[in-house]
Parts: sequence; structure tokens; C-alpha cells
Amino acid sequence: MQGSEKTGAMTKKHEVYYMANKTVKEHGVEVMEEILNGYNDATKKDRKKKLEVVTAEEEKSCIVANRKIRPGVMSMRGCAYAGAKGVVFGPIKDMIHISHGPVGCGQYSWAARRNFANGIPGIDNYVTMQITSDFQEKDIVFGGDKKLTKLIQEADQLFPLNKGVSILSECPIGLIGDDIEAVARATAKEIDKPVIPCRCEGFRGVSQSLGHHIANDSLRDWIYEAEVQGVEIEDSPYNIALIGDYNIGGDAWSSRKILEAMGLKVVSQSTGDSTVSEIANLTKAKVVLIHCYRSMNYISRYVEEKFGIPWVEFNFFGPTQIVKSMRKIAALFDETIQKKTEELIEKEYMPAFQKIVDKYKPRLEGKQCMLFVGGLRPRHTIPAFRDLGVEVTITGYEFAHNDDYARTLEYVENTTFMVDDMNEYEMEKLLETFKPDLVGSGIKEKYSTQKSGIPFRQMHSWDYSGPYHGVDGFAVFARDMDMAVNGAVWKKLTPPWK
Amino acid sequence: MSEHTKDHVTLFDGKEYQEMFEDKKKYENVETDEKIKETLEWTKTQEYRDLNFAREELTINPLKACQPLGGLFAAIGFEETMPFVHGSQGCASYFRSHFMRHFREPFPTSCDAMTEDAAVFGGHNAMYLGLQNTYELYKPKMITMVTSCMSEVIGDDMNSFVKNAKEQGFIPNDLPVTFAHTPSFVGSHVVGYDNTMMHILQQMGQKRDHKTDRINVIMGFDTYIANFEEIKRIFKLFGAEMNLISDPSETLNSPTDGHYKMYRGGTPLDDLRDAPNSKATLLLQKYSTIKTVEFIEKEWGHPVKVVNPYGIEGSDDLMMAISELTGKPVPAELELERGQLIDAIADSYYWIHGKTCGINGDPDFAYGLSRFVTEMGAEPVHVLVTNGSKEWESDTRTMLDKSEFGKAAQLWPGKDMWHYRSLLFTEPVDFIIGNSYGKYLERDTGIALVRIGFPLQDRHHLHRYPTIGYKGGVQMLTWIVNRVLDDVDKKTMYTTSYDILR
Repeated sequence: MQGSEKTGAMTKKHEVYYMANKTVKEHGVEVMEEILNGYNDATKKDRKKKLEVVTAEEEKSCIVANRKIRPGVMSMRGCAYAGAKGVVFGPIKDMIHISHGPVGCGQYSWAARRNFANGIPGIDNYVTMQITSDFQEKDIVFGGDKKLTKLIQEADQLFPLNKGVSILSECPIGLIGDDIEAVARATAKEIDKPVIPCRCEGFRGVSQSLGHHIANDSLRDWIYEAEVQGVEIEDSPYNIALIGDYNIGGDAWSSRKILEAMGLKVVSQSTGDSTVSEIANLTKAKVVLIHCYRSMNYISRYVEEKFGIPWVEFNFFGPTQIVKSMRKIAALFDETIQKKTEELIEKEYMPAFQKIVDKYKPRLEGKQCMLFVGGLRPRHTIPAFRDLGVEVTITGYEFAHNDDYARTLEYVENTTFMVDDMNEYEMEKLLETFKPDLVGSGIKEKYSTQKSGIPFRQMHSWDYSGPYHGVDGFAVFARDMDMAVNGAVWKKLTPPWK
Repeated sequence: MSEHTKDHVTLFDGKEYQEMFEDKKKYENVETDEKIKETLEWTKTQEYRDLNFAREELTINPLKACQPLGGLFAAIGFEETMPFVHGSQGCASYFRSHFMRHFREPFPTSCDAMTEDAAVFGGHNAMYLGLQNTYELYKPKMITMVTSCMSEVIGDDMNSFVKNAKEQGFIPNDLPVTFAHTPSFVGSHVVGYDNTMMHILQQMGQKRDHKTDRINVIMGFDTYIANFEEIKRIFKLFGAEMNLISDPSETLNSPTDGHYKMYRGGTPLDDLRDAPNSKATLLLQKYSTIKTVEFIEKEWGHPVKVVNPYGIEGSDDLMMAISELTGKPVPAELELERGQLIDAIADSYYWIHGKTCGINGDPDFAYGLSRFVTEMGAEPVHVLVTNGSKEWESDTRTMLDKSEFGKAAQLWPGKDMWHYRSLLFTEPVDFIIGNSYGKYLERDTGIALVRIGFPLQDRHHLHRYPTIGYKGGVQMLTWIVNRVLDDVDKKTMYTTSYDILR
């Protein structure tokens, strides 16, 4: 679709703009100006680089991303600790993840991300636990290294089946100059397991994103460079690694199911439902498949450089991308895999997809959606929404980098408002102006959106549903979006006497 | 439309997935089933309990959050007030998410998003811009600032920062900006509530010569939104005027009507300013208001009463305190309500009397609940409060010793939910009362969980019911007895005891 088309435009009020002889893009730019005019000069100058109206013709995005938050605008971002503990380390199930510092960070992120993992909680699976050094004033004054050493010993005694420990620094650690690396080295020897320090203090960087990077680097230095060994596995040309899948609501499992049905062997899955052994065995894969590029591309680049293992991005959201990704992956292997893949697509998946699309597309066709999530999901789910007839007209990322916006353009088919690091003020303005039929974003955005009468789905936690990946996941995704848009309650907002 | 889609609730039970999980084990380096079973059983023993209680530095599944969270809760209850975090952005986002998962309501909080440069040069520039943008974009009538541990560790001087922000024109001179130091490495969220409330009163209160006929009421870190309505109703029945200081009952219970409003209700700022001139102050929590009470007693010099308004005795204390402070008799309507609570307990207590229980949660709540269960003849065996102080322990001990049902109770201040797990395996009880995190213990031990407390993230709308006063008593009794009966049903489902009459 183009900037001058007449339907499926960004606004419900498009008729008005045609009467005024404006294209959708022109209107979008006007709205953008209006939003920016609400800021003082300095903030306007900053935010101007984060807003853009793009059409399908755009070849590059002008958004300058991954920059500091403007103070006081009420950003939706989290911190490096959230990226390192909440995203990368937290889901590794057989490690003890220590939130090192005061109690809060670990408390608020306690089991809040729905990284499903098999195993008995507290026995051989520690994902849903909040393990912390609970810093007190004396620790700030005298340092926490001794405390850390002691508590790692205590943790190893209480949880003898653990296969390693991670130390996730909170803000004070970096400020008081503790040497967590020295503690890690000493305690690792003592307990004879990997102890991985991660300097992910919340003040580092500008968002969760640096936390992903730091966590990736910690894995690089303390797993791969330290030559931590995984279990022996049988060599096979079909051995692959699945990374950047955090198993939210079981996502990694519904993805794994497809890969294994294609004839591949997922010898390493991370970090959702992952183990130290699987992470170490990443180097035994013939190919690394990466789902969340933003949070784990650092590892895949490192493994490629160091071990010569190629990596490919793929997307298991929705029929179009699942089929495309399956073929892309199969092309890396021999004819057996390719044949199996084609058979699967034709005999099993296409009929399954068709059933889902037949059921839900008529109920969703023509709806417009605003999608504002972390660093990957907007572009990954735009095609899945499109498979159901839903157009994403406003989008952006909490913590993406410039290359993520470039990658997003590939998926843009209609005039789209893009915003980086959206804040509450901008969101309110956008919702008010464009009144989308559905918003997909996070918990902080959910309730204000619903109050303004717009259906909402949390697209970080799948709103306590899921999985959304794979064939099984698409059925859930479609059901949930239908449930949101066509919820009976949305027709009852206005009382009969008004 | 009727055909069910399989989601995570049932999808993974399927044979295909189960086989996949089994196959995945060969890559996981998972222990043998025997070893896992053996370890699981060991964690249930007295030996493990001893090891667990011997730990000195490790904290596992604590029941406390950090100071700024409590501070924000105090802040959100004032007229058009924007809570503000001086520190890292991540903290503000965590606080907001935590509250929103509990209340299922928007919880605005601004932040000056300090980063590494602020760690080196101080957070003043971030604060200036933060205040300016917050004021311009969200037009608050007041900004209430708390600190995260970053700004505490680098030692920012909030007083001069706020002063400079005004002098240098980032915000108007007459915009009230209160600030409190709320270091995360001291105390817990209830202390943060206290610090913030005290500083709001100190920085906003305007003492005059005249006294009003009002009673200030401060609820403490009370997340039961209906309690704010309940206390208003009780005062109305007394025919007494109150000044409810921090009242989030509108903003955290707002309608979905197509129009989101960031600010709703709250204590009018003029009433806040006038608070020192009320004739007395009544506080409904003790451990979240220690400094606040000290301040009011010293600076405002009017009578101060602190009550714990749960259960029969607690509600009696509340009524008598109001009566004493206002000079008005307890109205007949409230006496009727008292009778209704007694009536409800008389109807139900046979299912509760003699049962043992565990209670965990914030100190005031745990104190009140453990007294309430003894009023129904239940015996609290464990009362576990991660953020419980020595004072809390001695107060609770004294109170429980007065009841034949409370004498055997063991108090566990400073302990966490992993300690609790050991306690429940070695000294089991019939039911436990606490917040959502208790569900892990319910799963591990099979002991029924009654959800009362904060946060409640896995059940809906419980915070919309009152827990204080006689009506609150009936509500809590209902939750407790029906959970106990659900448990009886579950246990007797395939026996002759599966009665329709309970």
C-alpha cells in the first residue's frame, strides 16, 4: 500500500484528510509534528530523531535508536539487569541466579517472565525462585564480596543438584567497586561448577539491551572461553542449536517441535528451558538458529567467528513466516530434510494454518493494530497479524538498535508510524488520534489503553497465555487476538442512557 | 466458536510434547530420577531444615520489596500527584509493573533515568530535566520524589537539587515537589512508605493557629483499595469529619469508559496542607508509620492513635479510637455490624476451630491476621514476616500469649519463604494465609493457601474487598472458611464425606 491509497489507511478519519487533499503520510507527519510541539525545545530535538512515518517505498529508516532516555518523559524501558537476569540468564533452569544487591530488583522480576522450564522447582530447576544477597547498609559500606562468597557456598549446599551459579549485579555493586569476578573465580573452584559474574548494573547503557549484550559476553568469557563442557552427544549433520527463544508460555517447545519434525536434532536450546550443558554444547551444532536476534546475536556472531558455525535468523510467528523460515532452514541441509520439510508444510501445516485462518480471519480482517514491544517482536509478528488480516499501523521498539529499524522496513506494507522508546505522553496522543482496534504492548501500557476503550494484549508475557510460536502457537495467537478485538465487553462501554 | 484451542494449560500434556521433553533430557545433563527423588525427599527433612536455617547470607524467596515501592504507594494517593523516581529507569518500570500486576490498574510514575554519567557527575542534570519534562507533559499539581539505590549510593543532595531546579526555572517555584530518601538497602517497602509519608507531611503541612474538627487518617501500606472506602463509610456513620491522607481509592479503581485519566481523586492538596491543624491523627498500621508517628507527635502536637483494625478486637479498637478522638459514641449501625461479624463467625468457626495455620506477609497484616484467626479458634503455628522487626516480634508475642489459641505460635521475623518451606514440611499446618507467592508452597506441601496480602498477582479483584472493620472481618472469614471447605471437598471427593451440607 502506498501513501496515496484510500483504504486501510492509518486513520479512521481518513475521509477528512482526503477532503483536505492530504495523503496518509502527510497526515502522519502532521500528527508527528503535533506530538513534537508538545515538548520543550531540547526534548523536541531529542525525540524528533525517534519518530518517523514510513511507507513501503522507504529504503532506510531515519530513526536513531539505542540512545539515552529523555528524563521525565515516562519511558517504558527497563534496565541492563532486566535484560541480563530477566531475559538471558534467568531462564537457564539448572543454574542459581543471584540477584546481587538490594532485594527489590529480584523481587519485581521474580517469576514475572513466564519462562517455562521442566524439572522440579527448588530441586533441579530454579527458574521461579528469587535468590538474592539482600544487601544491607553495612554491605554498601564494607563491600559485599565476603557475603557473596559465603552465600554461593550456602546455595550450593542447599541446592546440590545445581550445575552452576550466575551473579547478576544490581546498581550498587558497580558503584562500590566490589570484585565479583574474583569471587566468581574462587567460588567456582571451590564448588567445582561454573560461577558466572555479570556486570549488568541497571545504570549501564540506556535500556535492557546492554544487559543482553553484557550477559552474552559473560557467557562467552565464562562458558566458551573457559571451555566448560556439556554432556557427550552423538555427532550428526543435523545437530542444530536453537537460541534466542525464552520459552514464554512454552514458545521454544512449539518451535522445537517443528524443527524436530523436519528431521533436525536440537542439541542446544537457549535460554528458555535451557541448561548449562546445552549452552556449552552450542559449539557442537552445525548451524545456530536464532529467533530473538536483538538479545542473542552477540553470541551467534562470536560462535561463528570462533568456531566457524554459521547462524541464521528465523521467524516462527504465523504461517507466512513459519513456512518461509522452514524452507530457509531446510535449504541449509540435504535433500532428506528438504523433502521432509515440504511434506510437513503441505500435508500437515498448511491445512492446519488454513483451518485457523478460516476461523479467525473473517473476524479480524481490516482491523488496525498498534504494536510496541521490546527489540524484535514487532517486526516478527507484523506478518502473523497480516496472516489474520490485521494491519499494524503504529509500531516501534522499547530497546531496538538502528539495524532493527532497518530490518523492520522489510515488513512495512502500508504507511506506518514508527516510534523508538515511546513514552506515555506519545502513546496517549497516538491512541487518541488513530484509535487502533487493538494494541499489543506491555503490562505498563495495558490498563491505560483498556480504560480508553481499546482492546489490549500483553506482547511480552503473551498476557499469561501462549505459546505463540510455531503451528500450535499460531492457533493460540489467533484465538487471543480474536478474543481481544471481539471481546463482548467492548460493546458495553457506553451506558444505554447516554 | 465453541471448539477449544489448546494453549499452555493443556497443550504440553500431549504425547508428542511429553516424548520431546523426555528426549531433550539427553542434552540437558539432567540427574537420574532416583537422584532427583532422593534430593526432593531430603529437602523435606529436619536435617535440611537445620541446614536451611543455618544460612547467614543467602536469601531465598523473601517476602519484602524495597523502599521506593512503598514510597510510590504513599505518593499515588494525593490529588494530581506524580510519583517520581530519582535514579535508574529500570527501577521505575519495575515498581510500576509490580503494582499493575496486583491492582490491574494504571500506575503512573515518572523517573529521571540516571545513567553512567550521572553516576560520575551526580544526578542533578537528570533531575532538572526530569522534573521539567514531567511537569510540562503530565501537568501534575505535586511531584513526590523517592530515590533508588543508585542515587543513594552516590549520595545526591535532593534538597539542593530540587531548590536549584526551581531557581533555575526548570519548574515553577510554587510547584510542590516533596522528596524522601528511600534507600533500597535499608528496611523494606513498608519503611519506604513511612519515610515518604513523613516527608510529604513535613514538607507540605502548614501549621496554623486554629484547629479544625477533623481527624487525620493514615492507612499505611494498605493495598486493599476497598479499605479506603470502608474507613470513609465508618467515619460517616460516626458523623465525624476525617482527612484521609493519601487516598488512592479512585485512581486505583477507575472505570473503563473510553477515557483514560491519569489522575483521579486523591487527598486534595489543601487538605494535606491543613493536616497539622486537625484535632488528632489516627493510623491504621504501626510498622509502616513509625517515623510518621514520631514526626506528628513531635511537630503537630495533637493526639495520635495507632490501631490494627483487623478482626473483632482490632475493629473494636478502631471504633473506640474513633469514638475517643471524636468524642462521639459508637453508632448503632456499627454495633449491628459487629453483631453480624460475631454471627458469621458463630456460623463458621466449627470448620476453623482447632485447625492449625501459618501466616505470612507484611508486619501489620500478619499481626492482625494472627489475632483474627485466634478469634475463630484456629491456632497459628508459624507467623513469618521477612520484614518483621524485634518490636514486631515482641508485640505479636504479647498479643498471642493472651489467647489460649495463640500461645503455641512460633514467630519468624527476618525469615523467607524457603525457610517457610522447611517449617511446613517439618511442622505442617492445616492451611496457610498469605500472598500469591504462597502458591509455590501450596504446590510443594499440599497445604491449602488462603490468598490475603500483597501482592496478589494470580487471582483477580481480591483487593476490591475490605479487610478492615467488622465488614472486613466477614470478608476475610468468608475467604478462609470457604478455602478450608474447598480443601475438605477436594480431600473427600470420592468418599462418603463428600457432603452437600457443610
